[in-house]
Amino acid sequence: MTDRIRINLKDIVNNEERLAPGHRLCGGCGEPTIMRMILHAIEGPVVISTATGCLEVSTTVYPTTAWQVPWIHSAFENSATTISGVEAAYKALKRSGKIPADKEIKFLAVGGDGASYDIGFQWISGALERGHKLVYVCLNNEAYMNTGIQRSGATPKGANTTTSPVGDVIPGKTQWRKPFTRIMAAHDIPYVAQAAPHNYRDLMTKVKKAFAADGPAVLNILAPCPRGWRTESDQTMVLTKLAADTCYWPLYEVDHGKTVVNYKPREKKPVADWLKVQGRFRHLFRPAYASILEEIQARIDQEWERLLKEEAAG
Amino acid sequence: MVESKFLPLDGATAVSQAMRQINPDVVAAYPITPQTAVVQNFSQYVADGIVNTEFIPVESEHAAMSACVGSSAAGARVMTATAANGLALMWEMLYIAAGMRLPIVLTVVNRALSSPLNIHCDHSDAMGARDSGWIQIYAETGQEAYDNTLQAMRIAEHPDILTPVMSCQDGFITGHGVERVGILPDEVVKQFVGEYKPRYALLNTDEPVTFGAWDFTDYYFEHKRQQSEVINSALPIIEDVFSEYTKLSGRPQPVLDTWEMDDAEYCIVVLSSTGGTSRAVARGLRAQGVKVGIVKPRLYRPFPAKYIVEAIKGCKAVAVLDRAISFGAPAGQGPLFTDITAALYNEGITGLNIVDYIFGLGGRDILPDQITSVFTDLQQIANEGQRGAMVRYLGLRE
Ligand SMILES: Cc1ncc(C[n+]2csc(CCOP(=O)(O)OP(=O)(O)O)c2C)c(N)n1
Repeated sequence: MTDRIRINLKDIVNNEERLAPGHRLCGGCGEPTIMRMILHAIEGPVVISTATGCLEVSTTVYPTTAWQVPWIHSAFENSATTISGVEAAYKALKRSGKIPADKEIKFLAVGGDGASYDIGFQWISGALERGHKLVYVCLNNEAYMNTGIQRSGATPKGANTTTSPVGDVIPGKTQWRKPFTRIMAAHDIPYVAQAAPHNYRDLMTKVKKAFAADGPAVLNILAPCPRGWRTESDQTMVLTKLAADTCYWPLYEVDHGKTVVNYKPREKKPVADWLKVQGRFRHLFRPAYASILEEIQARIDQEWERLLKEEAAG
Repeated sequence: MVESKFLPLDGATAVSQAMRQINPDVVAAYPITPQTAVVQNFSQYVADGIVNTEFIPVESEHAAMSACVGSSAAGARVMTATAANGLALMWEMLYIAAGMRLPIVLTVVNRALSSPLNIHCDHSDAMGARDSGWIQIYAETGQEAYDNTLQAMRIAEHPDILTPVMSCQDGFITGHGVERVGILPDEVVKQFVGEYKPRYALLNTDEPVTFGAWDFTDYYFEHKRQQSEVINSALPIIEDVFSEYTKLSGRPQPVLDTWEMDDAEYCIVVLSSTGGTSRAVARGLRAQGVKVGIVKPRLYRPFPAKYIVEAIKGCKAVAVLDRAISFGAPAGQGPLFTDITAALYNEGITGLNIVDYIFGLGGRDILPDQITSVFTDLQQIANEGQRGAMVRYLGLRE
């Protein structure tokens, strides 16, 4: 059975909410909004495994749970592996007749950028190589937010975090972010995409494509964090739109090896537009750090050009 | 009683035979010496279609236990195997499996922990995991390793236990040692292990459950107390399973394997394969009229304290043989000694002459003469009324 790829607003409104309100995520956090978009895009039963992190601790404060679907958290680094165990059990129990042959269940693993780019990297890679039918979603708020805004492999250069603080001699994080989406695509799995919640149609279409894929799929989704980014809580959608318009966070997909850029801003905005609205980058606008701003702009341009070339190459 | 069919098998292969007969829904595993044979054989059963199992060839032992946790929470019957560094890499997940009350059966083919690197037998791997909330059973022979695997499945999945079980045997000594192993008929095993009916399952999507919630200061403590209650009250249920299997197989399955303890004056308490060596030596000494006995706990967690105290309290002197060191414990004693001396104290016995021998680390051979020397030491301790050194070493160059 293949689900329809089209996003129908009426369906979304009529669908039941599978992430209940009342959870304890911060106002303006991108994570619950994205999770609800994902759940609305999934048709039929789904089992979710979630890595340790903000989403997990805030939605399952015992004895309550916000999850209206079967859900498991086992550890920080292994949500991909935990769900691959669930998926394997599903195959085995179907084979032995304990689950009806016509019962379709989808499998989703979720982790933050720390869980995905850093500590769980190997676990994800292993699950992709084994070819489980699962979707892995990285809710990317560009730092370890749950433990108090520490830098991760996803934290952009220059960002002020609690473990890459701005000091008298070091201006925030000195390294570039890891090209996680490209590395996921390099696993030659059927579907990999980058998305952001301001473009919900694009995001939800990608969720549907990911689940319709004939193998594992990965989505890397930008998820603003007002606490960590030092932004206002009503700016979530504005921020991710800026990320796309500056080409800091291109919306694109690699579908069976073919790269498609899903959004090309008519007028590419300077990356400073994205940086200047966030407290974590405020120090970069000191005259002394002008060269860092230039370097960031050059690198963003270079990455965007490469992406367009990849698309053109087909 | 059902007749077993006897085959020449090494201990690891004996375990894979048990796994074949159990036919679990999922096996997730990673290779490590001396466990590798278990997984290799099992992969062949999968490749040949002899089992219905979904085999997950994970990229690490941490992932092996992570996948097992997912599969077990999904509602599947799950098994895996490892040793030494592999068990150490699973550490975090051992506690998570036990805390979630997932009835996973893990074969450990005991091997020394690094550093320095060593692939041979000692118990430092499983002993380090003794507080992780898993039930632990130790096998003397390949036969016991086979029998224990089958019983472990029943114990783990018992609705009043629902706790993972670690079934251990000695790396190389029994793991690679070929012996005559009696295998029950497939149908009989199938009936013995029965069908696993999970109380909660992720794959029951009509009744969604949340596994692994965030547990604050207001509940965590109670949950840990419950977990402790379960493992500590598991003994009668474990004994029921043991006696059912005894009747089925004709092979006695005591919690505590005792040899000539009724009137023993000197005894050795030891786990696993060294139980056999000790018994052989003891037999010779008995023939010479020395009243010696052997105590070999099969079950280590939950710790059968009362049984052990009852068995040894009348002795003139007792030696505990530990194949692991509890670093920093008084005089560098081993874990078995620590547990036994605590048990004695708790039963009000403080005057017993009892000493600890650390032996066999990193696979160092333990020889009959060394066992004989232990009994000689015990007689001397009793005669002189002086315990002397509490912790001693067997087969060590000083
Ligand atoms: C093995 C292990 N190491 C460290 C931690 C501590 N820890 C828990 S959540 C977390 C940060 C999570 O960050 P991320 O994955 O980016 O998700 P976020 O909370 O930002 O959504 C850390 C470091 C842990 N739980 N387990």
